[in-house]
Amino acid sequence: MSEILSAPYVLEYTYTRSTGPVVGRFLESLRYEVLEGVKTADGRVLCPPLEYDEEGEPTTDEFVQLRPSGTVKTWSWVPEPRKGHPFDRPFAWALIQIDGAHNAMVHAVDAGKAKRMQTGMRVRLRWADEKHGTIRDIDCFEPMAPYLPSPVHLEYDVNPGKHYSAYLRGLQEGKLIGGRDPAAGKVYVPPRGADPTTGNPTNEYVEVPDVGVLTTFTIIRIPFEGQKLKPPYCFGAIVLDGADTPIYHLISGVPHDEIRMGMRVKAKWKPQDEWETSLENILYFEPTGEPDALFDSYKEHL
Amino acid sequence: MAEQCAVIGIGQTKHRESRRDLSIPGLVRDAAIRALQDAAMTWKDIDSIVIGTAPDMFEGVMMPELWLSDALGAAGKPIFRVHTAGSVGGSTAVVAAHLIQGGVHEKVLTLAFEKQSEANAMWALSPAIPFQPQLVAGAGGYFAPLIRSYIRRADAHPDTGCMVAVKDRQHGLLNPNAHLHLDQTFEQVKGSPMLWDPIRYSETCPSSDGAVAMVLASEKHAGRVKNPAWVKGTSVRTERTFFAGRDQVNPAAGKLCAKDVYDEAGIRNPLKEIDCAEVYVPFSWFEPMWLENLGFAEQGEGWKMTMEGKTKIGGDMPWNMSGGVMCTNPIGASGMLRFAEAARQVRGTAQQHQVDGAKVALGHAYGGGSQFFAMWIVSSER
Repeated sequence: MSEILSAPYVLEYTYTRSTGPVVGRFLESLRYEVLEGVKTADGRVLCPPLEYDEEGEPTTDEFVQLRPSGTVKTWSWVPEPRKGHPFDRPFAWALIQIDGAHNAMVHAVDAGKAKRMQTGMRVRLRWADEKHGTIRDIDCFEPMAPYLPSPVHLEYDVNPGKHYSAYLRGLQEGKLIGGRDPAAGKVYVPPRGADPTTGNPTNEYVEVPDVGVLTTFTIIRIPFEGQKLKPPYCFGAIVLDGADTPIYHLISGVPHDEIRMGMRVKAKWKPQDEWETSLENILYFEPTGEPDALFDSYKEHL
Repeated sequence: MAEQCAVIGIGQTKHRESRRDLSIPGLVRDAAIRALQDAAMTWKDIDSIVIGTAPDMFEGVMMPELWLSDALGAAGKPIFRVHTAGSVGGSTAVVAAHLIQGGVHEKVLTLAFEKQSEANAMWALSPAIPFQPQLVAGAGGYFAPLIRSYIRRADAHPDTGCMVAVKDRQHGLLNPNAHLHLDQTFEQVKGSPMLWDPIRYSETCPSSDGAVAMVLASEKHAGRVKNPAWVKGTSVRTERTFFAGRDQVNPAAGKLCAKDVYDEAGIRNPLKEIDCAEVYVPFSWFEPMWLENLGFAEQGEGWKMTMEGKTKIGGDMPWNMSGGVMCTNPIGASGMLRFAEAARQVRGTAQQHQVDGAKVALGHAYGGGSQFFAMWIVSSER
């Protein structure tokens, strides 16, 4: 049993404060989202306004409207807010010099993280939703970012064109279609309208097998925004047997440190009932187990 | 050419990861004013403006030449944009030079910029297009297989890429405008993570904000400055990204562009007749690849020049004295920075990264899938 007697006791009372002609006008203006400073006799502007300046002189009855922004002169981070604090999340108390004022105002800065606080940082005033003619009509200040989000949104209809469509329709049936330049004999996979080196149309379609040579590759270890695959993954250039241009695809089914230039690889297809008009019908290419192609046999494709 | 063209003013911003202190108009203005001051000119002196920046998706800005015309004093003057992917800074300068050489204008402001911090180049370069798997992961993902091909084909020493990175970062320490100031050791570079095997983190360029501007003038006006850089040759070449038999490691367009610019400048042996070069090397392995493509080394031999230290300041053939793209990469401006740094060398104004007595320099830019090339040769002699 405790020897000292103890009982909770709360002393609470709402006083009535006369705000006077200067501070009263300042607070009344806040109701209308107007931020005002008062001029001193020697022409300085004080915000928050005072009836008497630090020299003991009365301020004037001349008010000036100020921009709702300012500069943090000093600050203190509050990692664990207490009852009565303006936020239930971490914030900063700061001395804020309103633009155009000569003194500074104590108020809260809703910065989220202490590392966003910096002496000299620019802040903007955030008004409270409900106004009562008190300093809390200013909800807080928030960091002013010198940049703004600028969204761009473009919508396209992708029409892959006659030759690429033939290639995609082939993929839907599990075939790899190329286009041959009848004069030079080069086979483009995917097919295209013309061989860019000769200008000849490549209208003659030929089917090539889903087996070829991995000519070169990289292992992607870097993550980035919009990435569909989780790194690390390997992608490489595959010259299918009978083709003269590489296609690019994932290389899998083999440890990354065993992937080699010249490795013979074969397509690993999705189940047939999932085939669409897309190269995504092929999940990846994997080694065939055949001996590697000799460097001289594919060096012109690098 | 009907008229001689000289570089008489060069200005660049301080390059950083983020220039949030400046808007894009503020950024280009900063570089332009420095170039005008260097040329002892005002906005009124300029006849026309040629501007370049990277593809629209990089910054989400469709027509920068219209948006930026006020910032560049272009009211009532011709202004237009050049658009050739990563090589754009180079081809923009070439177009500006042609306006002088063709006698169209006498004083042209040319400028290139990029604010990578406002965008995401990896996203812009890695679209997930319908009908195909999303495979490529940024520029590194595209170029890594080509680098692997180079290493195999040239049987190159595997440390070459690290050596270039260390060398360019040491050069960058001499350049106060460079974005990266990294006193890196070989071990630090080699120990950095593999991002796109065989490209390591420290073997790649940074993402930078920055702008560069030049004032080009005809012979009549070149006397405004005591040390103009004379444009002795210009060339631009392009090839398709994919065609059967394309040599992606040593592209034909690059070789043809180099031959053309050397012919115009009267250069037969670049290794002997050029004193230094600023070459677009966004991944360190491109130094040996371009040494071969530009005729400074025989095919398969470029990596040896790097390993022997010949491309350092003080070596036989200094490359990227400013630290190059490996230290500063505002993509749209990177090509023009190469051209401007070449001009600074022959003007003798490169300060700490000056090559002693440099008289003839090459500026080089490339872009796309190693398919757009732009080059110029500048000289201290007319």
